[in-house]
Amino acid sequence: MDLQNNPYRKDFPLLMEQNVVYLDSSATSQRPFSVLEAEKKFYECANANPLRGLYGLSMEATNQVEHARELVQNFIHANKACEIIFTRNATESLNLLAYSYGLSHLKAGDEIIVSIMEHHSNMLPWQMVAEQTGATIRYLECTDEGEITEEHLNAVFSDKTKLVAIAHISNVFGRINPVETIISMAHERGAVVVMDCAQSALHVPIDVQKLDVDFIVFSGHKMLAPMGIGVLYGKESLLKEMPPFLVGGEMIESVTIHGAKYAELPYKFEAGTGNAGGAVALGVAIAYIQSVGFDAIQEREHALTAFALEKMKEIEGVHMIGSKNADEHCGILTFTLDGVHPHDVSSILDFDQIAVRAGHHCAQPLMDYLKVSSTTRASIAFYNTQEDIEKFVESLSQIRRKMGYGQ
Amino acid sequence: MDNRALYNEILLEHNMHPYHKHELEDANLVLEGVNPSCGDDIFLKLKVENDTIVDGAFQGSGCAISQASADIMLDLIIGKSKSEALQLADMFLRMIQGQITDEELEQLEEASALKDISHMPARVKCAVLGWHTMEEMLNHKEDSK
Repeated sequence: MDLQNNPYRKDFPLLMEQNVVYLDSSATSQRPFSVLEAEKKFYECANANPLRGLYGLSMEATNQVEHARELVQNFIHANKACEIIFTRNATESLNLLAYSYGLSHLKAGDEIIVSIMEHHSNMLPWQMVAEQTGATIRYLECTDEGEITEEHLNAVFSDKTKLVAIAHISNVFGRINPVETIISMAHERGAVVVMDCAQSALHVPIDVQKLDVDFIVFSGHKMLAPMGIGVLYGKESLLKEMPPFLVGGEMIESVTIHGAKYAELPYKFEAGTGNAGGAVALGVAIAYIQSVGFDAIQEREHALTAFALEKMKEIEGVHMIGSKNADEHCGILTFTLDGVHPHDVSSILDFDQIAVRAGHHCAQPLMDYLKVSSTTRASIAFYNTQEDIEKFVESLSQIRRKMGYGQ
Repeated sequence: MDNRALYNEILLEHNMHPYHKHELEDANLVLEGVNPSCGDDIFLKLKVENDTIVDGAFQGSGCAISQASADIMLDLIIGKSKSEALQLADMFLRMIQGQITDEELEQLEEASALKDISHMPARVKCAVLGWHTMEEMLNHKEDSK
């Protein structure tokens, strides 16, 4: 594969115009021109409040949002469009699930399984549910390389398991978790599975029907769409019986001074005017991802990851977190550098216009579990080039010397 | 301004060989300072006798900027009165906001090596951690009297 020439790069205005080596796509991806244009065009040509007006423009706005919903449905292979709920982001989707499903379905004595590698956003909502209902959280552990084994699973599943919260891909390890096994173990016990796809949506195909997963969540901004649009997928049968999360406009059929009859799915969960331009742009982001194709995305990310891992191995003091195999990283390279704090690593990389993330990556319990206080993370997407990696590795290799080591 | 100048010899020296990073068993003032977003975590320990800081030390972990800044601060404040130490803290914080005279900058001695941190807003919290902890410690002590 020709890693120097990237045919997709020209589609991303920021990468073309800004002098930056962008290796923080796990925090937020860059957005192609077509997505930015679609959001702008919605407000220029179709702006009206969707679902409200009975006039042409409002109906056009509604059509565009509903078309975007169908594109999401098709993207994750959902059975029905009404199973797609638009939210602000994965965090809001998870809070919706915790408040609506969690508080109404869990009780004292029940057990919630949460993996130790979860992002805070798939951990704190369940801590809240446990606190309010009296349910207990059992933390699913993993090896130091981020692998969840059968042994780890057997240690936490029980007859009391009612809900499992698991990342499809951890934002620290980048490894794909054994979600098929987890889903079938959960279903054997009558439990539901909440799968956080924030890190996977841009990197791996998702088929919710084949997986038979109960709920998934993801954020648009990590998959080429704008910030402020996210998705919750739930099986229709489960969403139907759940109480609304937020109440107010656009989610009712009728209201009296005594109460309301709520709207059908998906509107029951979409109170207030949503991010219509964002939803339309998310549809275009999905179309873009599909036009590139997951095979091409994975092939490029894998080749870049393998190249980076090989080069990073040669740098004294670098310790990788996670698997030794490049194909088990999905572009996420988390590491520590002996004697240099991650915040200094990222500041010094920043002097060379290289953007990486440093800190606990919203996964403090995992950092504690791995016995590191924080780490640095470079994350690769298909629009990166070999030159990006070369600049990063060159800059990284100078840091210990710059900090006064080995002089 | 070139941010690279921040990781200068003074800062690197205090980070690699912090003179005051050790236990201080006879400390009579101890306070933990934490940067929740970074994980910088220091325990500042001072021994104060008759209003004078006679000895001081710190322990904990964090980035080079937080560690070096705490070490440089201790160099400056040991031997000073509490009010002098608080005055230096005030100057240091003003230096970072760019509101300091050249004369005051001189009084900050090696701490002036951190002047350019103002160009890196994300790292200001690291530089001020030790100083804020010291302020809180001494002010709280005053209050409780």
